[in-house]
Amino acid sequence: MSSDELYTNTNRLDGPRQDLSDAYSLPANFLEIEVSDPVTHGVGWRNRFTDYAIKVQTNLPVFKHKESSVRRRYSDFEWLTSELERDSKIVVPPLPGKALKMQLPFRKDEGLYDDAFIEERRKGLESFINRVAGHPLAQNERCLHMFLQEKDLDKNYIPGKVRTV
Amino acid sequence: MNFFGFGSGAEIEILLDGADKRKKVEHKISENKSEELSVYYDGETVSGAVSISLKPGGKLEHKGIKIELIGQIEILYDRANQHDFATLTKQLASPGILNQSKVYAFEFPHVEKPYESYFGSNVRLRYSLKVTVGRRLTDLNKELEFVVHTLSTYPDTNTSIKMEVGIEDCLHIEFEYNKQKYHLKDAIIGKIYFLLVRVKIKHMEMHVIKRETTGTGPSVYHDDDTVAKFEIMDGAPVKGESIPIRLFLGGYNLTPSMRDINRKFSVKYFLNLVLIDEEDRRYFKQQEIILWRKGDVPRRQINSAIEESTQRFGA
Repeated sequence: MSSDELYTNTNRLDGPRQDLSDAYSLPANFLEIEVSDPVTHGVGWRNRFTDYAIKVQTNLPVFKHKESSVRRRYSDFEWLTSELERDSKIVVPPLPGKALKMQLPFRKDEGLYDDAFIEERRKGLESFINRVAGHPLAQNERCLHMFLQEKDLDKNYIPGKVRTV
Repeated sequence: MNFFGFGSGAEIEILLDGADKRKKVEHKISENKSEELSVYYDGETVSGAVSISLKPGGKLEHKGIKIELIGQIEILYDRANQHDFATLTKQLASPGILNQSKVYAFEFPHVEKPYESYFGSNVRLRYSLKVTVGRRLTDLNKELEFVVHTLSTYPDTNTSIKMEVGIEDCLHIEFEYNKQKYHLKDAIIGKIYFLLVRVKIKHMEMHVIKRETTGTGPSVYHDDDTVAKFEIMDGAPVKGESIPIRLFLGGYNLTPSMRDINRKFSVKYFLNLVLIDEEDRRYFKQQEIILWRKGDVPRRQINSAIEESTQRFGA
């Protein structure tokens, strides 16, 4: 039979002391993605498009390259969204708007190629990709790694999972 | 009941013996009202007096006066499901006429009160004394509710809970709580040890969740209520860090854990450890704990009535 407590013991539980190297080394969760450098390619009304530089810096072992830089356009982000919605269990955050109205003719501004619009879209894409790439379940998807770190998007790829090497 | 207007002009009052010396607690009697009610324990005698007051010169013709001690369970969404698990009756007076105010003493000796009073979201368990004065047309009623507390003693075994959980390659923690069974004024002493942190944690909270389960078989219904929320860490931890937990239960409105009461409902408590990252994603781990009610007086001074009602809490 256990003895009754005359008072409640509120002393901390003992635990292992933290290794100083763990305390002062770089955190293991470093992941930063920058969406920048918008460049509009082509001329005319039908053949133009804008793409952005996607720069990744990380120390997460799940990513093959600690630093990478690729170029992607808005429709590539849409492709990534649909791949993740189909294959992963995550709730994919919304992309910045498709802005179909911007594609109508006779606009006073530059429409899709207007500097202010591109900047708004760039910010939305940056927030989107950081949110998605930080999700542990999204990090397991091949489509995310291909999107972030391979020069070209092969839309005929075989979808699959990635594990930490 | 007032003396004016229609009606018999009789006022009924139920008085409990030793009420001023007995412990009282504030207990909910309806959605918006709480009252100070007397506390009784299992096995204790419930005694007192019923006072029937008449207007001067008034008279009360009746078909009998009785008092009942009722223990009942009411399931709110199922009106038909009001179940009396205990009914004791004492006749106070046989049919007759009262010409003046009268006081009747009553005693229910060593009443079994197996369950604790409980006022929940979907189910209520209550004890009351009800006086009925039978009459030709409408009976006169008076009810007095009282609270029953079930007491337990320190459990024989009460090992700590220690477990390693996480998401593979992303977040591994080891959590430890000093006990599995806590009394209502106890303190949860624990720690969270981080083994792997590859996500950007913003802060960490501890929640106490009360889960009320009603119904059986296919129609089981759970009602979860977060009764306590407590931030235990603010900022990003790294590998090797230990975060202490010290949560005093006395500050919250808790009841003992109730297991399958009269085969009608259960009340369980869980500790929920919640980690929130920079994108407001939540990672959590729920762990059941058992809460029990400790008697107020130190063991040496427990009087015989309470001692015979103390139950050993099983393990």
